[in-house]
Amino acid sequence: MTNVKKILRKIYGHSLFFPLTCLGIVLAVNLIKTPTFFQISLNNGVLYGYIIDILNRSSELIILAIGMTLVVAGSGGTDISVGAVSAVAGAITIYSLVGSMSSAVYRMPYGFAIILGLLGGIACGMFNGFLIAKLKIQPMVATLILFTAGRGIAQIITQGFILYVRNEPFKYLGNFIPGVPIPTPIFVAIMVILVTVLILKKTALGLYIQTVGINRKAARLVGLNSSLYIFLIYTFSGLCAGIAGMIITSRVYSIDANNAGLNIELDAILAVAIGGNSLAGGKFSLAGSIIGAITIQALTTSLYAMKVTADQLPVYKAIVVIIIVMLQSTELKRMVHSLYQKISNLIAGKKVA
Amino acid sequence: MKNNNEGMNEKEIILTMTNIDKYFPGVVALSKVNFTLRAGEVHALMGENGAGKSTLIKVLTGVEIADGGEIRMKGKTHPILNHSPHEALENGISTVYQEVNLCPNLSVAENIFIGREPKKAGRIDWKTINRRAKEVLETLQIKIDVTKPVEHYSVAVQQMVAIARAVDISSKILILDEPTSSLDEQEVEKLFEVMNKLKERGIGIIFVTHYLEQVYKISDRITVLRNGVFVGEYETSKLPSVQLVAKMMGKEYDELSTIKSKDLMEKKSDDQEVVLHAKQLGRTGSIKPFDFTIHKGEVVGLSGLLGSGRSEMSRVLYGADKADAGELIWKGKKIILNAPIDAMKVGMAYLPENRMAEGIISELSVRENIIIALQVKNGIWNLMSRKDQEEFADKYIDLLQIKTANLNVPIKQLSGGNQQKVILARWLLTNPDFMILDEPTRGIDVGTKMEIQKLVIELSNKGKSVIFISSEIEEMLRVCSKLIILRDGCKVGELEQDELDQNEIMNAIAGGGER
Amino acid sequence: MLRKFREKIGANSFLLLITIVLFIVMYIVGMIVFRNDNFGRLQVFLNLFISNAGLIVASVGMTMVLISGGIDISVGSVVAVTCMLLAWMMENKNIGAVPAIIIVLVLGIIYGLIQGLLIAYLKIQPFIVTLAGMFFCRGMTAVISSDMISIKNETFLELANAKIYLPFGGHVNKKGVMLYPYIYPSVIIALVVLVLIFFMLKYTKFGRSIYAVGGNEQSALLLGLNVRLTKLKVYVLNGFLATLAGFVFCLNTSGGFVEQAKGFEMEAIASSVIGGTLLTGGVGNVIGCLFGVLIKGTIETFITFKGTLSSWWTKIVIAALLCFFIILQSILASTKHKRRKASKI
Repeated sequence: MTNVKKILRKIYGHSLFFPLTCLGIVLAVNLIKTPTFFQISLNNGVLYGYIIDILNRSSELIILAIGMTLVVAGSGGTDISVGAVSAVAGAITIYSLVGSMSSAVYRMPYGFAIILGLLGGIACGMFNGFLIAKLKIQPMVATLILFTAGRGIAQIITQGFILYVRNEPFKYLGNFIPGVPIPTPIFVAIMVILVTVLILKKTALGLYIQTVGINRKAARLVGLNSSLYIFLIYTFSGLCAGIAGMIITSRVYSIDANNAGLNIELDAILAVAIGGNSLAGGKFSLAGSIIGAITIQALTTSLYAMKVTADQLPVYKAIVVIIIVMLQSTELKRMVHSLYQKISNLIAGKKVA
Repeated sequence: MKNNNEGMNEKEIILTMTNIDKYFPGVVALSKVNFTLRAGEVHALMGENGAGKSTLIKVLTGVEIADGGEIRMKGKTHPILNHSPHEALENGISTVYQEVNLCPNLSVAENIFIGREPKKAGRIDWKTINRRAKEVLETLQIKIDVTKPVEHYSVAVQQMVAIARAVDISSKILILDEPTSSLDEQEVEKLFEVMNKLKERGIGIIFVTHYLEQVYKISDRITVLRNGVFVGEYETSKLPSVQLVAKMMGKEYDELSTIKSKDLMEKKSDDQEVVLHAKQLGRTGSIKPFDFTIHKGEVVGLSGLLGSGRSEMSRVLYGADKADAGELIWKGKKIILNAPIDAMKVGMAYLPENRMAEGIISELSVRENIIIALQVKNGIWNLMSRKDQEEFADKYIDLLQIKTANLNVPIKQLSGGNQQKVILARWLLTNPDFMILDEPTRGIDVGTKMEIQKLVIELSNKGKSVIFISSEIEEMLRVCSKLIILRDGCKVGELEQDELDQNEIMNAIAGGGER
Repeated sequence: MLRKFREKIGANSFLLLITIVLFIVMYIVGMIVFRNDNFGRLQVFLNLFISNAGLIVASVGMTMVLISGGIDISVGSVVAVTCMLLAWMMENKNIGAVPAIIIVLVLGIIYGLIQGLLIAYLKIQPFIVTLAGMFFCRGMTAVISSDMISIKNETFLELANAKIYLPFGGHVNKKGVMLYPYIYPSVIIALVVLVLIFFMLKYTKFGRSIYAVGGNEQSALLLGLNVRLTKLKVYVLNGFLATLAGFVFCLNTSGGFVEQAKGFEMEAIASSVIGGTLLTGGVGNVIGCLFGVLIKGTIETFITFKGTLSSWWTKIVIAALLCFFIILQSILASTKHKRRKASKI
């Protein structure tokens, strides 16, 4: 094989090839439509620009995608409750802060309320984990329960109202901390990435999750407690949803139980799929999912620019999901392969005759 | 061929498979295999693991398609080629699988008629279904409530239901694939009665099994395969069991007497410390309660044909399958193994027989596959450094001559034999006091086989204890200090070092003496 | 003793019995608690059918899909887009009621066909395919129109509002007039669908092959069934039923809007599961599913009668019930496994 071919093979085979290509395409299209796409400016001590906006808004998605990646990797299932859970967490936090009436006065320390919200997310994750790991219910059905009931629970906490927090510092988490030009959510996302990578790389957890996801029987024989790890990944996904909920509610300094994190679960699954991760489980790439999340956010922004409304977005994303899973399908590869063989046999047959 | 009920050789031939070839990537599953079946006979198909029995059956039943060769059936002018189980059924070939492939949620009657339900006025006639199901089962002398879901009944009954279906479809050929593995003695007797009835009706039965006694009880003819190659077809009454075993294992009878155990290791005496002692350890539905003792530095071989209980015994000892009877004593202390991690912690290791399903972690690298067991033992907080991992991996790649491009390629890219070496490396790395090696050299080249055997002896000299399971007697003679013979799920013999002689072993496996 | 009874009638009939008993108990409780609000009137019972006619159709389809071992979480979105399409075609494009209905049903078949091909032939997980379907349809609803569209088409409204009176069970109102209870055509359609699918599942080869495939796909294949084709047919039929459910639902609401039927798929799954359908496949029946719908309707009626609780409580109670039944099924399944292992004959 020539050197050029070798290099091409290496690039093509790299796990980040697919997500980077997708990102590249989306950015390129955007650049063509909007020449000022990559422009960044500093106004009022704060950074502006399309890129900044995308990175900002993709922060909660990145966090969710990280949780979703581990869920997919270790169990081959997906957690579609993350949107609803983020609403629940947000509802808990805001209700703890201001009670059932929008207000500017806190009823309890800010830190406390945040912790309560995160605990809510963890509790939801543990609920999912219990159903899936212990009762062995399929992930799709187990997470469907919170997907439907979660927003109802959030509604009940807020008693049906959209609650506002009219306290300036509350906005810092979802927007900007005074004096810091970079949007805060980006910092939160970076922190979550760092902590997760640290745990996965500095302990054997990453290795264990992949092992459990690839071959549960073998995992058991080498001494792993598969149920425990599956429980943990869903709990972690719940925590991620909780963190996302904090950012989302802070961004709009309110909680709207119906709309907080709406449809974000599809985005998270898409991010994982675009990231090159197999939805059947096994090896995973966090970097891929992160790039996937940014790509999805960029795609969303582009669609908004094309005057697609928030309600209409899911149509395009659904099509993308289907295309990606079709490409991942081994059955399709087999069919294409045998079709290719039949055709080449036909041609070869013709040549011989 | 003349149609004659007297004299076995005169029975009409209803199926011939000639020169069947079947390849899978990297593996020759079948090579020029022949098989002939006559009406009204029970024909046993035998061979060790990897011999090709199941592949041959799959080719016949349409689950796989042969790459070469021809299948002909009586009454059909052209060779037949089954592309699916459905086609096979239409050609009159029915199969009852070891796993009894019925739909557990459907009733007995429905399983018999699924896909061909009789109709009345456009709708399924349940009355007729239930009535006919009852009738056909009664011809097999089974009286059960046919409206209950089939999962309600034991495996033995389910097999009868599957056979009833085959009979009702008027199959001319019935394949029974390892039907007796889950049956007790009475149920086996019942099955044989039914098989005799079917013989009377002229149905040809292919009986795939590894239970020697049963073969001699019920079969008229035996075909032996070995490593995908046709060894021969024999009349059961004219083939002594020892010869049968020899053919399955690839040894000629005369060769046996010249092979003796070689003294490659120091004689072990029984006053070495007892490392593991099992008292009436058993697991319902898997292995009957047994006693087992192994001393420090001993290499105990478990011998017997596939299905004799070798793997089941070792799995229960390791805790891979939890025992529900008896107790286990490790170095003088009673222990309970709830999961493999408990066994690993005290210093046990287990190399499973089925490396594909239970051994390799396909997408992970060679390096990760090697270090995983040690890593779990060390605990989640003590991640081995990359440097250490690579050192360990390199050490064993060298030691076992593992052929791999580098230590970071996914293990699925390696050949079967090399994958096996990786799993072996995995457990050697944990430095266990006690290892169970279930077919450790299967699929490995001769040179490395000897390396592994030497390795086992070295381990024994260092004071480690090993259970060594293999289908190759020669190998076991070289390595083991004691041999336990298993047959049909029970321990039938124990041979000490000086009694180890291939002849003796074959006899014990075959069931004592000529026919 | 309970165990012996359960063994006698079979675990599945046992679950069905629990459901029916649960419904009767709930209804009686309702009649006692709300006796002053005329809960005992026949019309209240009939209203269960009227309000949930669409759900009955959708749940029947869901039961069928679950029995085959699959799932469809897009049903709610299909209902929403169907309503929107019907409204848009009739109001904005002046298409007649009957052609509009036919178009929508044909689209349902096509939708089911696409899903079936992806699931049965490309072997993609049903969950992902129907999840994508869910988001696709929900989004299309907004693409068609972000505003609510009310149906003014006369034919349609006539069909929607034609009261069919029952010749019994009436009561005399304050003015001394005898008022008989009534139902709408939507209920007739729902019940007809129920009976037809019941018949199909029990008395046709196709129906039985659905059970076989759901029970053990591998076995079904080895027994000679065409598993792929069976699954394809299931999803095609389900697509049709989903749009039919949308049509029936629309008869109730006479309009389409973006947020419609949210959580509907959950209700359909819950009704099926509560009615005795196993999520793992192979077991299920549409009679139980009907009772599942009635239970949901009864809970909703309670909440309406009570007046003070938000409608979200219905969703939560349904989710909790679903959870309870799933856990119950899981326990029953594991005890069955233990019993079988212990006995030999």
